[in-house]
Amino acid sequence: MTALASQQSGRPGLDLPAMLKEAGVTALIALALTFPLVGLRTVDVGSRLTVSPRFTEVAIAVALVFIGRIGLILTREKQALPVLVVSLGVAAAAWFLPFPSAALKVIAIAGALIIAIRAAITARSDRSTLSQQERDRAMDRLGARVQDAAVWIGPIAILFAIVLPFMPFANRSVVDIGILILTYIMLGWGLNIVVGLAGLLDLGYVAFYAVGAYSYALLAHYFDFSFWLCLPLAGLLAATSGVILGFPVLRLRGDYFAIVTLGFGEIIRIVLLNWGVFTGGPNGISGIPRPSFFGIADFERRPPEGEIAFHQLFGIAFDPMHRIIFLYYLILALALCVNLFTMRIRKLPVGRAWEALREDDIACTSLGINRTNIKLAAFAIAAMFGGFAGSFFATRQGFISPESFTFIESAIILAIVVLGGMGSQIGVVVAALIIIGLPEAFRELAEYRMLAFGMGMVLIMVWRPRGLLAHRDPTILLHPKRSARQQQADSEAGE
Amino acid sequence: MEYFLQQLINGLTLGAIYGLIAIGYTMVYGIIGMINFAHGEIYMIGAFIAVISFIVLGAAGITWVPIMLLLVLIISMVFTSIYGWTIERLAYRPLRGSFRLAPLISAIGMSIFLQNYVQLVQGARVKPMPPMIQGGFTVMERADGFAVSISYLQIIIILLTTALMAGFTLLITRTELGRAQRACEQDKTMAGLLGVNVDRTISLTFVLGAALAAVAGVMVTLYYGVIDFFIGFLAGVKAFTAAVLGGIGSLPGAMLGGLLIGLIEAFWSAYFSIEYKDVATFTILVLVLIFRPTGLLGKPEIEKV
Repeated sequence: MTALASQQSGRPGLDLPAMLKEAGVTALIALALTFPLVGLRTVDVGSRLTVSPRFTEVAIAVALVFIGRIGLILTREKQALPVLVVSLGVAAAAWFLPFPSAALKVIAIAGALIIAIRAAITARSDRSTLSQQERDRAMDRLGARVQDAAVWIGPIAILFAIVLPFMPFANRSVVDIGILILTYIMLGWGLNIVVGLAGLLDLGYVAFYAVGAYSYALLAHYFDFSFWLCLPLAGLLAATSGVILGFPVLRLRGDYFAIVTLGFGEIIRIVLLNWGVFTGGPNGISGIPRPSFFGIADFERRPPEGEIAFHQLFGIAFDPMHRIIFLYYLILALALCVNLFTMRIRKLPVGRAWEALREDDIACTSLGINRTNIKLAAFAIAAMFGGFAGSFFATRQGFISPESFTFIESAIILAIVVLGGMGSQIGVVVAALIIIGLPEAFRELAEYRMLAFGMGMVLIMVWRPRGLLAHRDPTILLHPKRSARQQQADSEAGE
Repeated sequence: MEYFLQQLINGLTLGAIYGLIAIGYTMVYGIIGMINFAHGEIYMIGAFIAVISFIVLGAAGITWVPIMLLLVLIISMVFTSIYGWTIERLAYRPLRGSFRLAPLISAIGMSIFLQNYVQLVQGARVKPMPPMIQGGFTVMERADGFAVSISYLQIIIILLTTALMAGFTLLITRTELGRAQRACEQDKTMAGLLGVNVDRTISLTFVLGAALAAVAGVMVTLYYGVIDFFIGFLAGVKAFTAAVLGGIGSLPGAMLGGLLIGLIEAFWSAYFSIEYKDVATFTILVLVLIFRPTGLLGKPEIEKV
């Protein structure tokens, strides 16, 4: 309608009333969305509940939406350059202007930047957005490039991870964050086997994490088993629970499967919460023993009579950092094991069967692949890695409770896999750095963390459903020298 | 016997609420084949808007309960519907025709977003509501003084739910919108070719589901007297279980499933253990999916290559 009008007038004229109407409707919806929930905040006054109005926030939010919509319309109507300049100006201005809350400021800046990006794309390509296909192709190219670069990025990243604890800036908190990120990378790689390779959406991965953590905590608590004995046991128990849980549910279709795994995750958490005499209930288990140096020496300042401590063994001064650094290397080694395992198993028949199942269930069955067994293998292996990570978590924290194993934890691990690109090992690393690392860096915005996280999941799905660095190259090729990617590039060049 | 009867009444009330939420799941699944994971959050938002509007109306001097209840229902339904519409527009519509798990993941993200949004803007503490409708009948009394009672509130909940469900069934079977909806359920392309506005029909499905969830939210606010930002998750999973139990995609199935889940939960809490009532629900979900994936009233789905 508006496009027609501007064509008729022969110059890029604008249909102002239509534009205002469109932006006005959007603003009205924004008003309806924010007015009751943002505008009227319920507060306790004494024992009664009252509301305190916050209409300034609502007004600002609605105004922002109105302006943003006008910006988008103008971009669509080929006014990209002015919009680009103005939106960059708005973003810069919003940085300095006082806002009643930090959230509004972030919304203003982020919104202005998004409009600026769209305007820039329009200015370059003469269209407001790229089509889904073009976007996919561009990102596929990026994914493929990253995949190629992984040959040398990988070793550099590993080298960096190895020397990190000895860097001058590596104080305790840096190493602690490193441990946290590595734990999630390991969990992400573990879940990637189920979600990325086998294509099963598992919403209850945290159940196996919990099984691993509680296995170690309970074995250490009741039988005084050491960490090094418990680690394989925890993996074994988690894998067994994976088989037990997986066997009945793996016949289910995609989204049913997702909900059932969610149910299992919740069942395990509720049982842990209510089986007080055995698991400590909501109080959890504390005083979980710390790991020793491969069973040889403890990280104690004054070891018990007749035993030798780590610093005595190596003849160095006692430092509480030793244990932290040891934990860091432990999780690094565990995570790399998972990665190596995944890289190798992808080339085995079972790994290829996973990827084939992900692409087409029914075709696989007709080719004689036993769906249930293959999926069960993926489920059990991923569960085992979850169990390893869980017992590491228990020994690192020294305290666990059911609170650590809620659905949100599953969602975070899933988001790491999905955001990074399903099936991409390096994507998991990038996503874990973003999802776990960024909030640690911006502590003051911690309360917005989950908000941004949920929104990020939606945006990534809308923008690129298969994840940022997803790539769908076959793992094994008939003629390895001439890769499928080159073929595709050739055919594109020929078109 | 008296104890049993009391649990039956409690279970029916609970089941009515679950049934209302389950309809939202079943309709959306029927029409676009996705699990709207954020539907539980829609219900939670309905409950919050109910609490806010109760307070505002009370402050405005409207205290006659029937008028108040009616106004709260309408306000909550309207605002919650707008949430339902917006969510579909922003998070699900761009993903139509994408690969199968993408909308589900988007829905999970939306659910997390809404939960934290409400927590941020309304605070994390539980919101208590003074009881609005008190009193009730004593149905029968045992010799030792145990009385089976049904409160006015329970009667209102059951009656209102029945009325809504009847109206809703009429809407789906008799009106143009219902016809369009059933057509889209069968074949979206064909329905589009025959002049049905598919996008609009899907949007309206979300709006209707959200409105029913809002009613459930108002009921829960009145029934339990406390809400917080986290109530949507469990209620959502339970309502989804109800929808699966009844046969996803089938409206009478959702109502039946809701009632059954409510009854199971009430009896399980009464006779076994209250701590494990959620485990009971999840176990039923798993068992139904394994042994009867089409649910009680669902149609079998044929898998095609």
